[in-house]
Amino acid sequence: MNQHYRILAASSPFYYVLALALVVLALFGLGAAHYVDSEGHWVTGMNNQVVWGLPHVFAISLILSASGSLNVASMVTLFGRTLYSGWSRFSGLLAISLLLGGLLVLVLDLGRPDRLIIAMTHYNFKSIFAWNIFLYTGFIAVATIYLWFMFERRMNQYAKVAGLLAFGWRFVLTAGTGSIFGFIIARQFYHSAMMVPLFIVLSLSLGTAVFILVTRMVGVLSGSFMKPEITFSLMRLLGILIALEGFLACAFYLTGLYTAARYDVVLFVLMNGGIYTFLFWAGQAVLGTAVPLGLIFLMKTESGASVRLVTAAVSKVIGSFCFLYVMVIAGQGYPQLMFPGKQVRSAFFDGVVAYYAPSWPELALGLGGVSVAGIIILAVTRVLPFLPVEAQRARSS
Amino acid sequence: MSSHPVNAETVDSKRRKLMVAAAAASLAGTGFNLVELAMAKTSSEAASKLVRWGLLIDTQKCGNGCDACVSACNVEHNLEDLGRPETDAQWIRKLDLVDEQTSHVDSLPMLCQHCEHPPCVDVCPTGASFRRDDGIVLVDKHTCIGCRYCMIACPYKARSFVHENLTNQRPWSPRGKGVVESCTFCTHRVDVGRSPACVEACHAEGGGAMTFGDMMNPESEISLSLKSEPSRQIRGDLRLNTGVRYRNV
Repeated sequence: MNQHYRILAASSPFYYVLALALVVLALFGLGAAHYVDSEGHWVTGMNNQVVWGLPHVFAISLILSASGSLNVASMVTLFGRTLYSGWSRFSGLLAISLLLGGLLVLVLDLGRPDRLIIAMTHYNFKSIFAWNIFLYTGFIAVATIYLWFMFERRMNQYAKVAGLLAFGWRFVLTAGTGSIFGFIIARQFYHSAMMVPLFIVLSLSLGTAVFILVTRMVGVLSGSFMKPEITFSLMRLLGILIALEGFLACAFYLTGLYTAARYDVVLFVLMNGGIYTFLFWAGQAVLGTAVPLGLIFLMKTESGASVRLVTAAVSKVIGSFCFLYVMVIAGQGYPQLMFPGKQVRSAFFDGVVAYYAPSWPELALGLGGVSVAGIIILAVTRVLPFLPVEAQRARSS
Repeated sequence: MSSHPVNAETVDSKRRKLMVAAAAASLAGTGFNLVELAMAKTSSEAASKLVRWGLLIDTQKCGNGCDACVSACNVEHNLEDLGRPETDAQWIRKLDLVDEQTSHVDSLPMLCQHCEHPPCVDVCPTGASFRRDDGIVLVDKHTCIGCRYCMIACPYKARSFVHENLTNQRPWSPRGKGVVESCTFCTHRVDVGRSPACVEACHAEGGGAMTFGDMMNPESEISLSLKSEPSRQIRGDLRLNTGVRYRNV
């Protein structure tokens, strides 16, 4: 059976309201970036102790979601799961859009965003960050070629090769993102090989949850909802990935408790870290893991499956955001181990947990990145046939 | 054609006299140190691999509450106190270490350790963080994009990010909003044969706890001192081979 596609017919006024809201948010984010660039970063909550803040949590969330949201396309092309075949194209578009949004946040938060050309022309190949620049831009190129091969009938035969390349690329990409933290010997919380598999699985689960939510939103806009069997299949996939992520997160924290150098900071996050402990337990553990797993595996009735799936996905996205917030901020805020066995005091916040409170420009910049991803999706699906026709038929039938 | 060389010679002669007069005036006016001039590198002379600048800090001579080195650094590089300690730049700071078992207190200055294998250089995506041949770790202010990854990677929390617009910069120590910076070992002084500002201040106003010099020269004061008595590197377990060493910690 040939798969047919359609554009997003924006008949609903909600489409225009949403598009306008996203444009306003994106402009607000751009304004915030300009404000920070003009005044300097002292107007943000970031400082010399916590140098990466809320924008980086947004950026990493978007980048990991981008990689993971390509799951659906990979399963069709590589694993022959034809059930999802109608959504392959959209999966590729979502991946590219989210990555562009994330990169925009990263770039606009730089101290010198005007020097982007330097970042693109001067490379220190010993730096995992430099490799990530290649991995991110390369991913956009590979995913674009993959999309082209899926779109162009004459090139369909090569889609599997492009899909394999994209699949491998995103594994390396998320491994590279995890390595940004895992390679850091100076921070006890970050320095762990577990960061790599943890980030890979986090990207798979978070990306799947984001895919579920965005396709649901597109369904509301166009009536192009997923078939129930796809909903069930995605729900099981999300559940398995969340369970796997929970297992790796347990391993990450438990191995930390076994290592003398990391014991204090892991205990800080788990037990006495104030807001970080709260976000870990309420966010990562309950919302990000227990709630979605309960909704997916304990409630097996068919009625309300799509509501449960959406609730599980929302819960998972909030939980993952909390996870990354704890990872990025608490990992920097906890004092570095320079003198084991000594209490350290200074006028430069040595020996104490560094203070960090997110500021409105950081929030605006982060939301701006999310909005840009949304705008790209709304605009591109409006002009190119990304949505499967079967889905609409399935609902109307 | 024939008059041209004559005119040129006349102009050259006048120019030479003018230059000599200007040089004499500036030497006299600024009190320029001729010894330093003799030791100074020419602009074409690069830092040498035959030199490894290092700093030995004897914490027994470093007084609790003395911050002469910190003040001198702040003045030398115009690191202003803007009343925002979280974001104010600090290239050198004083640490008090209280032993958890004995309550004994050590006091010492912490600054860029000018590592032989600096993590900040490894992680810098553009290569803006670099190590000179003579061991001094610097930031190229023109290629730093302000990503701050080096600050996360530094085991000594020795780097600062310029969080605001700057005024009254020192000509010898240019800084820039949105880029990362740290102790330069006062290259502008070291390259003309002087000691870093902190070392000078420590000897003039503090306890004389700092010894600066070439660790590759076996006859230098720092090499002889390092050879004769024990010293340690902070986070020696990381095997970064720091250029700053401590004694009695």
